[in-house]
Amino acid sequence: MSIATDTSILARRGGLSGRLSDLFWRKPGILLLLMLTPPLLWLGIIYLGSLIALLLQSFFSIDDFSGLINFEFTLSTYRQLLIPSNFDIILRTVVMAVMVTLASAVIAFPIAYYAARYARGKWKVIFYLGVMLPLWSSYLVKIYAWKLILAKEGILTWFLAKLHLLWLLDAWLALPVVGGSSLSISYTGTFIVFIYVWMPFMILPIQAALERVPGNLIEASADLGGNPAQTFRFVLFPLALPGIIAGSIFTFSLTLGDYIIPQIIGSSRLFIGQAVYAQQGTAGNIPLAAAFSVVPIVIMGLYLWMAKRQGAFDAL
Amino acid sequence: MTAVLFQQVSRHFGAVRAVDSVDLAIAEGEFFAMLGPSGSGKTTCLRLMAGFEQPTAGHIEIFGETAEGVPPYRRNVNTVFQDYALFPHLSILENVAYGLMVKGVAKAERLKAAEEALAMVKLPGYGTRRPGQLSGGQRQRVALARALVNRPRVLLLDEPLGALDLKLREQMQEELKALQKSLGITFVFVTHDQGEALSMADRIAVFNDGRIQQLGTPEEVYKRPATRFVADFVGSSNVLPPEFVETLGFGRHHASLRPEAIALGGGDGRTQFTGRVTAANFLGAANRLTVDANGARVAAMLPASIAVPAQGETVTLSFQPEDLHTMDGA
Repeated sequence: MSIATDTSILARRGGLSGRLSDLFWRKPGILLLLMLTPPLLWLGIIYLGSLIALLLQSFFSIDDFSGLINFEFTLSTYRQLLIPSNFDIILRTVVMAVMVTLASAVIAFPIAYYAARYARGKWKVIFYLGVMLPLWSSYLVKIYAWKLILAKEGILTWFLAKLHLLWLLDAWLALPVVGGSSLSISYTGTFIVFIYVWMPFMILPIQAALERVPGNLIEASADLGGNPAQTFRFVLFPLALPGIIAGSIFTFSLTLGDYIIPQIIGSSRLFIGQAVYAQQGTAGNIPLAAAFSVVPIVIMGLYLWMAKRQGAFDAL
Repeated sequence: MTAVLFQQVSRHFGAVRAVDSVDLAIAEGEFFAMLGPSGSGKTTCLRLMAGFEQPTAGHIEIFGETAEGVPPYRRNVNTVFQDYALFPHLSILENVAYGLMVKGVAKAERLKAAEEALAMVKLPGYGTRRPGQLSGGQRQRVALARALVNRPRVLLLDEPLGALDLKLREQMQEELKALQKSLGITFVFVTHDQGEALSMADRIAVFNDGRIQQLGTPEEVYKRPATRFVADFVGSSNVLPPEFVETLGFGRHHASLRPEAIALGGGDGRTQFTGRVTAANFLGAANRLTVDANGARVAAMLPASIAVPAQGETVTLSFQPEDLHTMDGA
């Protein structure tokens, strides 16, 4: 027993680290303060500060004649959002974001369910790789790859032709709004690529939520007479809902703000992100760009407020 | 009528024979315990009755109807889960009413039935709380109410008292027994606690390695264990080696002898043997004496009123010949 000593209180460890250890032990608040100050400065000043600056900009207006910003409080910029051409952009973006979010949730749920309930060991690793791998490659590369896949001369058209299903594609493209002369320049194409690119952000939170649902709750529901559909509706879905909401926050807000995907794949009609890009860049209308940027923030705020009222976070 | 019937039922998981050719007939209204160490197959048997597992081979009947291939939600059998499995996102009342809700019972009616079930398990007025706000014992009662509100023909209980402290466990044992008597429902109870099985059950099946080692009343299982495993597992019986049993004049067999059947000193018609005291423990109501008799370790339970021999002393012990129970080699 060479490490045994006669003292019941050990001497303080030497050096700065010994002193600091004692200090932090006595006053844990100091350590917390030290750890939180840098991120809080970042979040509080740089991030929230710029957000407030942005918000302020949206209450200014641009002088149509000189093109200079008029630094007086006005709601006229917001009024501009409501003119049909601008309001169409908002509507188009919101509808797209809603569709992408719903479709992502429907596609992601079974994948997440499989990963949470059945995948073990090697299959779990393959699942994580499969979901995360697309995130490792550049977002632009993926979008251009999809452009090639969806183009009229692309692999999808070729594949459908081989299956003698080209008529199906043509029928779809002949539809108003969602159609177009090829998938790569239609809303359908934009929709497909949005879903592809945001899918990991939907799968992972749902999988995390489902992983926390004990298997015996599903057995208990069946035991009490709930068939699989009822078990899904009354047990699995409510318990996975916080995960679905978390995932939908990603897919919804990312779609609301993205300006690259609709520019490369889709019709030439603008989405909010493109409008912001165009207004603050070529048009030089910073106030209108700022007003456009406020729209997704307001929509997300409303969405979360409604989700909370519906009890989506009760299972947290 | 037979409530649950197993005919040559097996459930294999790969190479593991969790349940291996089990025959079982549980009578209607019986309080039936399945006792065994973990991994002995008792819980798998319960899951086969509930429908969470399907047999690899064999035939299962519940009240005369074939049960294999029938999903859990079509069986009029309910389970009280080991860790209760209450739905965390529902209130206590909604938890209890769940079974009636999925069966389409009208809201007012099912909530009334759930209130009554909560009153039956002595938790009236707890309906608005969430499972997370209740203690372990209260959750256990809710799980019981949630199962019983469906009026199942068989109630399955998977180590329902395992997570409770001793005092609560004893109280719940009495309440469960009383509840079973008053409702007349068949209870099938899985436990690894032999005391629990002995005190509550009408009949006990002792499991080991996926097989039933012995099936009988608590008294039979306790006093006349069929195998060495049962003697060992059910209580603290002495399992005597064949060599020692032979010297006592019972033939060359393994034998079981209850510690409380052994007394200090000899007597008329009693079988005697001598041994050296290796340990003496005071247990409150009794003293437990351990002796080494010709290499066999024998424990004797002596009344606390008798003076205990000192360690190393050689003592004479005796028992009534009919208390020694010989067993097959198993």
